[in-house]
Amino acid sequence: MKRLIKITKGAYSALIFAFLYAPIAVLIIFSFNESKSRGSWGGFSLKWYESLLQNSEIMRSLFNTLLIAVLASLIATAIGTAAAIGINSMNKRIQNAFMNISYIPVLNADIVTGVSLLVLFLFLGIPLGRISLLLAHISFNIPYVILSVMPKLKQMNKHTYEAALDLGCSPLKALWKVVVPEIMPGVVTGAILAFTLSIDDFVISFFTTGAGVNTLSITIYSMVRRGVKPEINALSSIMFVVVLLLLVVVNIRSSKDVQKNNRHSSSNRSIGFR
Amino acid sequence: MRKSRRLASLALPYGVYALIFILAPLLLILFYSLFYQGSQGFAFTLKHFLKFFDFSEPVYMKVLVRSVRIALVSTVICLIIGYPMAFILSRMNPRVRNIVSFLFVLPMWMNFLLRTYAWMTLLENTGVINSLLGSLGLPPINIMYTEGAVIFGNVYNFLPFMILPIYNVLIKIDKSVVEAAGDLGANFFKTFTKVIFPLSLPGVTSGITMTFMPAVTTFVISKLLGGGQNAQIGDLIERQFKSVGDWGFGSAMSVILMLIILVVAGFMNSYEKDKSAGGVLL
Repeated sequence: MKRLIKITKGAYSALIFAFLYAPIAVLIIFSFNESKSRGSWGGFSLKWYESLLQNSEIMRSLFNTLLIAVLASLIATAIGTAAAIGINSMNKRIQNAFMNISYIPVLNADIVTGVSLLVLFLFLGIPLGRISLLLAHISFNIPYVILSVMPKLKQMNKHTYEAALDLGCSPLKALWKVVVPEIMPGVVTGAILAFTLSIDDFVISFFTTGAGVNTLSITIYSMVRRGVKPEINALSSIMFVVVLLLLVVVNIRSSKDVQKNNRHSSSNRSIGFR
Repeated sequence: MRKSRRLASLALPYGVYALIFILAPLLLILFYSLFYQGSQGFAFTLKHFLKFFDFSEPVYMKVLVRSVRIALVSTVICLIIGYPMAFILSRMNPRVRNIVSFLFVLPMWMNFLLRTYAWMTLLENTGVINSLLGSLGLPPINIMYTEGAVIFGNVYNFLPFMILPIYNVLIKIDKSVVEAAGDLGANFFKTFTKVIFPLSLPGVTSGITMTFMPAVTTFVISKLLGGGQNAQIGDLIERQFKSVGDWGFGSAMSVILMLIILVVAGFMNSYEKDKSAGGVLL
């Protein structure tokens, strides 16, 4: 009986994993397929990787994606960290008001965030393109930074900052020397989260970009809609390997942290709405 | 006192940013849904909402009903498939389960368009599954461009969002409570239905929220896997802003979608409070 249960458990887990990984495996296998067809195998080839690297459309959108993600996550981390410190020093009522506003982009449907930003940009006369994309990405990134930094601030002893001031630090120096090092793990988590969300985003970018400025997600979308494109397989395989390496690095880094479980689940939670 | 006021000013840039880029856009959407530009400036109107809730010609309501139905069915399937998986996962030894739960997160970090594209490759009429079936002498299945395909895509994309919150609650259940039930004579079935399942409800509710919300608001999955005739409300909104250009109607549908999200979030939240066991809501 016990063995039967064990076998059932193993078989069930294997089935779920097959379900989750089958499509990824297929993409990777077919990225090495000589023939263009998605249904049959025509021999091993690297030609799709070659044509991927020569595809200027993809390379340009990769550049846009990285540019926007780096800038948006840096700016969002700066504004968000400052905001978290500021919010933390306010009284409870204003704090709650700020936190509720921060939850709006997290909870709201991406498509609503996207179209509402589109309407805002057209209303304000901001041209759609890299600038509007950057502004949109910053606005959905900041709340995630605040939500990652806030717990660290709550854990911190309030009086250390005051002690630094009493000992003659200027407020700026006290912040930089006492508060910032203390909340640094939260800041880094927030920045990584913002960066990945930015890279992964399709829906909000789709609505807030202008003609000619595409991110990787948008290019993938238009390629998928146009139909068979074996370069996408090559691209998926590369992205999968990159993501795998990144996650392994992040996980090793965070397993050194005592609060590994909390952080793990909080990042899972947040991508739930993307 | 002065110290804290000085610190509070650090939130000023965010305050300004949030005002312009978080609150103003939503107010604009609300405005466009309720006002139209006539000859003498803007005038109040309910026509966009009436167009949506037109009972004599319920085209749009049908799409809303379909969206909710697709999302509900996807959520239920995720729960049925996901709960046992979360349970099995929670019973593994801690070192193994950390690696296994990492493996669950991994596919989620792939761009979801690529994941959906992968299923197109597998499911299409001349795709991998059908050529496999063909080589075994079995009849092909034509699931592409049906509601079933959309549900399939949703389940695939959102299953981890169901498994992980349930798993996170299950591993926090006090083992001695489960053992106590056994000592008091409850068999496994009884222990599960009377002790474990009730204690895991906070995880179930947040799993349902995290699956239902993206499933009801998506517009890409239905477009790619469902073809034209299985549009969801997200597709309608996209069409209004990207091709039709009817902002008023698009805004009205966005407001309706936000209301659905608010109602679901509020409902799940109140449920969570009743059963307060400190789960991982949202």
